[in-house]
Amino acid sequence: MRLLLRETALAFRRAPLPSALSVVTIAFSLFVIGLYGLVTVNIHDAIGSVARRVEVVAYLQRGTPVETVETAMADVQAFPEVESVRHVSSAQALARAQRELPEFQSIFQDLEANPLPASLEVRLKPRYRDAASAAAVADRLRSFSFVDDVRFGGDWVAKLDRLRTIAGAVGAVIGAAFALVGIMIIGTTIRMAVLHRREEITIMRLVGATDGFIRRPFLLEGLIKGLLGGALALGLCYGAWALVNTYLLRAAFFTGAEAAAGIAAGGLLGLGGSLFSIGRHLRSV
Amino acid sequence: MIKFIHVTKEYPKGAALVDVSFHILKGEFCFVTGHSGAGKSTALRLIYMAERPTSGDVRVSGFVSARGGRDIPRLRRRLGIVFQDFRLLQERTAEENVAFALEVTGARRSTVGPRVMRVLTQVGLAGKARQYPRELSGGEQQRVAIARALVNDPIVLLADEPTGNLDERATRGIFQLLRDINASGTAVILATHDLDLVRSVPAHLIELQHGAVVYDSAEDGGPAAGEGEP
Ligand SMILES: Nc1ncnc2c1ncn2[C@@H]1O[C@H](COP(=O)(O)OP(=O)(O)OP(=O)(O)O)[C@@H](O)[C@H]1O
Ligand SMILES: [Mg+2]
Repeated sequence: MRLLLRETALAFRRAPLPSALSVVTIAFSLFVIGLYGLVTVNIHDAIGSVARRVEVVAYLQRGTPVETVETAMADVQAFPEVESVRHVSSAQALARAQRELPEFQSIFQDLEANPLPASLEVRLKPRYRDAASAAAVADRLRSFSFVDDVRFGGDWVAKLDRLRTIAGAVGAVIGAAFALVGIMIIGTTIRMAVLHRREEITIMRLVGATDGFIRRPFLLEGLIKGLLGGALALGLCYGAWALVNTYLLRAAFFTGAEAAAGIAAGGLLGLGGSLFSIGRHLRSV
Repeated sequence: MIKFIHVTKEYPKGAALVDVSFHILKGEFCFVTGHSGAGKSTALRLIYMAERPTSGDVRVSGFVSARGGRDIPRLRRRLGIVFQDFRLLQERTAEENVAFALEVTGARRSTVGPRVMRVLTQVGLAGKARQYPRELSGGEQQRVAIARALVNDPIVLLADEPTGNLDERATRGIFQLLRDINASGTAVILATHDLDLVRSVPAHLIELQHGAVVYDSAEDGGPAAGEGEP
């Protein structure tokens, strides 16, 4: 193990430029993936916060008895899609309208009777916040005799659905493309390192080193370079995020687990690239 | 100990060895001679199993060429190999070059230092252990390579034209060193076209021409005293 670390350190010291270059290229490809990841994370967050507002509102007929409403609320609460049900009386609705729409303050004050109906505001569980579920809940609400009308902004929910699908697909395609480029760059840099040390490898084989032994320092080198590249990419992403956050808009950064996964991905890329390169070299000599 | 049994080695461009059979015994000093392209290096490569015969068998101390593969590292640890071009690592000192051969075969660290010094002393380079190859003469570099070949206590030392890059004096020195190594019990197989060397001592002599054995002193009844072929 000590020998292994010593050999790896030696590899960096002996070829500082190619080593730095490969770390930087790994970092750069992961940085691009990371930027895309950040955008995806933020789109996802945005969609999430919009989706949280997906509600189905049932307007009640005037004069519906309170007991009837309360029984109905218990029924609705029992729907599998439903997270919560809230009763908004017509007085509460008016108060809210006055609060949220101050421009119409004077109109509200001139009213002789409250024109706003009472309503049930139904909030859906996160995984049911899509067009189909909202429509299903709306249909069931409509079947209550005291329900006048149901609104859930159907096409708005549908648009949200589509945006979510597109964001996911685009993210997957672009992410995969960049990952592929990253793997190719890593494979090439490790191949350069292998060629750089081909004399050593030849001698190792002549004196009876096993392929496993010959491979190990390259794998370690690839792993370490990958991890370093991953860490550097994370730093770059953090820098980019900090800039955007300061000058453009509030955005979310990766969670600790996501960041760790990113660095680990760098390590895996490095390991995979070097495994491929050294394997090919050992087979060819 | 080393046996070629009807060995043929063909390359895409033609055959390098054709139906070659010979037997080299433990502790022997054996010359392999022949014109350039006769197949000397090919024969040596078959011994350390860098190549497999196209047909026939090569047996080296219990290892059979047909098995090949995973056994090869174990075989090479029992062989010492030196070349005309030394093949030293330029960025390592003499002792590091020798230690390298021990380290990469998994020798215990505590044993490396003493073993390296022992073989460097044996080849007469104890005083230059800390020098880099570029600071050594050709003859001295070849001594480092021989030390590296010896450090694993091989049963046989394979030398492919080891004096090809050296002047007369250095050649004599290296040759004497190989004889001393042989005298201490290690078999030596020396591929060379330097007939002065071949004639200077009695030894087993195998001569190749166009890939075929044209003379083998062992077939003549015992090691020849250099009186064989010109
Ligand atoms: N790797 C190879 N691929 C194709 N042909 C080869 C290869 N190695 C050797 N040969 C051919 O095999 C024949 C024998 O070559 P070899 O190197 O064994 O000769 P040699 O006796 O060592 O010659 P020299 O004295 O010049 O070193 C030559 O014709 C050579 O061109
Ligand atoms: Mg040759």
